Amino acid sequence: MASTHAPGPAGLLTCAGLGKRFGAHAAVTDLDLTLQPGEFVCLLGPSGCGKSTLLRLIAGFETPSTGTIRLGGADITADPPHRRPVNMMFQSYALFPHLSVAANLAYGLSGLGRAARQARVDELLRLVRLDGFGPRRPDTLSGGQRQRVALARALARAPQVLLLDEPLGALDRALREETQGELRALQRRLGTSFIVVTHDPAEALALADRIGVMEGGRLVQIGDGASLYERPANRFVAGLLGDVNLIPGRVRDRDPGGLTRLDTALGPLRARGAAAGEGVIALRPERIALSRAPSGDGTDLPGQVVETTYLGDRVRLRVRLADGTVWRVSAPADAEAPAVGETVHLSYPPERAWLMPAAG
Amino acid sequence: MKRLLPVLPALWLAAFVLLPVILTLKISLSTPATAQPPYLPVLDWSAGIEGWGSFLEALDFTNFETLASDALYRDAALSSVTLAAIATTILALIGTPIALAMARAPERWQPRLVALLIVPFWTSFLIRIYAWIAILKPEGLLSAGLMKLGLIARPLEILNSQGAVLIGLTYAYLPFMVLPLYAVLTKLDPRLPEAAADLGAGPTRVFWTVTLPLARPGLTAGALLCFVPMVGEFIIPDLLGGSDTLMLGRVLWSEFFSNRDWPLASAVAILVLVLVVGPLILFREDEAPEREARR
Repeated sequence: MASTHAPGPAGLLTCAGLGKRFGAHAAVTDLDLTLQPGEFVCLLGPSGCGKSTLLRLIAGFETPSTGTIRLGGADITADPPHRRPVNMMFQSYALFPHLSVAANLAYGLSGLGRAARQARVDELLRLVRLDGFGPRRPDTLSGGQRQRVALARALARAPQVLLLDEPLGALDRALREETQGELRALQRRLGTSFIVVTHDPAEALALADRIGVMEGGRLVQIGDGASLYERPANRFVAGLLGDVNLIPGRVRDRDPGGLTRLDTALGPLRARGAAAGEGVIALRPERIALSRAPSGDGTDLPGQVVETTYLGDRVRLRVRLADGTVWRVSAPADAEAPAVGETVHLSYPPERAWLMPAAG
Repeated sequence: MKRLLPVLPALWLAAFVLLPVILTLKISLSTPATAQPPYLPVLDWSAGIEGWGSFLEALDFTNFETLASDALYRDAALSSVTLAAIATTILALIGTPIALAMARAPERWQPRLVALLIVPFWTSFLIRIYAWIAILKPEGLLSAGLMKLGLIARPLEILNSQGAVLIGLTYAYLPFMVLPLYAVLTKLDPRLPEAAADLGAGPTRVFWTVTLPLARPGLTAGALLCFVPMVGEFIIPDLLGGSDTLMLGRVLWSEFFSNRDWPLASAVAILVLVLVVGPLILFREDEAPEREARR
């Protein structure tokens, strides 16, 4: 498991203190990122969070205002795009409309001889299962085929790092899920480092070894999917990766088990993690246990069911608690779900609740 | 009304293009005469079918035979096409970098740059060409400036030469080359040159393999917009070209006004038409297979 704070001694690609301003607008601010060889990293965030700008900085289309980019030990910060051993797959694919599929794939292979180039083009066509499509024009292909041509073209020069800007964004849902698996398998097989930009958390979770969450031009947290889901750095990350109940409180002390005790509007609650002063507990709906009778140890929280939604495998409930806040609870559908208006008792294992700083 | 709408352009073309061409063609097949109108035959409408018969009998190709046999017209045609072709080439070479620079300028600057290109057109064409006489004449701005700089010892004898005509043509037609190119280049997806650079192409290769091929429709349109009127251009060769410069526009003018030979002037006009329609058809056929392939 890749750790958040120790990304290894010498990464393949290292961005240090990277920043980019467009006039008064800071698109990327003080960003550190280290990519390991063969690693698959997703940059996740809403539009305008700076993830595409970061990709363009690495590709060389933008010059950073501050910081450096190193690749395999060499400083490439000032190198123009055509001298960088990284390649980019563009969001809109940017296939050359006046060239055939084969000529698109061969565009980056001008250093090779005629025969070697032809062989490489055939190899790439096979790689993305487009044998025989070489003479076609890009605008005669379907969206999925164009996506594969773009991927093959970006891979043609065997880059050390492949940058992919929303590679599946233009595909419809069914095709996207299928293509996710293919992309992941292809990356494993080639061993090339991938950096994928996406705004879709499910896609990031399905694809990446590590996910970097960006907000307002900053990399707020980077880690594998589980650590981001279980131990989010702030409310933004917690909310981005799935449903979450946020319970603000004031840190009181630590209990003997190492958990932090907080005073909240619902009384004293416990959670894992550390914060000073004000804190927020992030509690996932599926961590909450629900029963009709009080447990008797006085730790459970009574509430009234406001709404139930049957989802097949789960039942989602909204429960109003004593202080008036409404929690989202996700219960297995096999249990007989309580009806609206019924009083229920909620409890959760405190080691599965995560305490974050209140600010941010 | 709605059904009439598609017919309107056809009516317009028939009234203002087809009909004049037919009339000109008719006059070009006539014989000059000292009369009013100054040519024969004139159709006698009252004679009915017989009148038509004798009218058609009197038409012949004498004027076109004159055009073919007299070296003057051949030379004028050749010189017109050559000068127009050279000027079009120069315009393409100058216009492409200008259009590129305009298309790559910051967006808020672009309307101002387009305006700068068009502003000279607010002055009369004739006055602007006269201004070039003042610049190009031996004691004019150009020679005086170059002599002051010590680059030349004697005044240039550029006015009244083909060089002056080329300068005039290039100057006058620049916007017609730049604007269509600019229109195509601003619509060019900026990611395409980026993708080319990403695949290892330096700026020169990006230009020749991506930017220029994708700008070709603009280049073709610009070339036609310049070449076609330049072949028949009259004012520029007349004012800047002196007596040495033979162009069809001037020949036509002198046949019509000096010699009062309407039929021969009409034949020259038809020749100009044929000369400029040629490249139009050529380019159409050049574009056609590409459109087929796109389907």
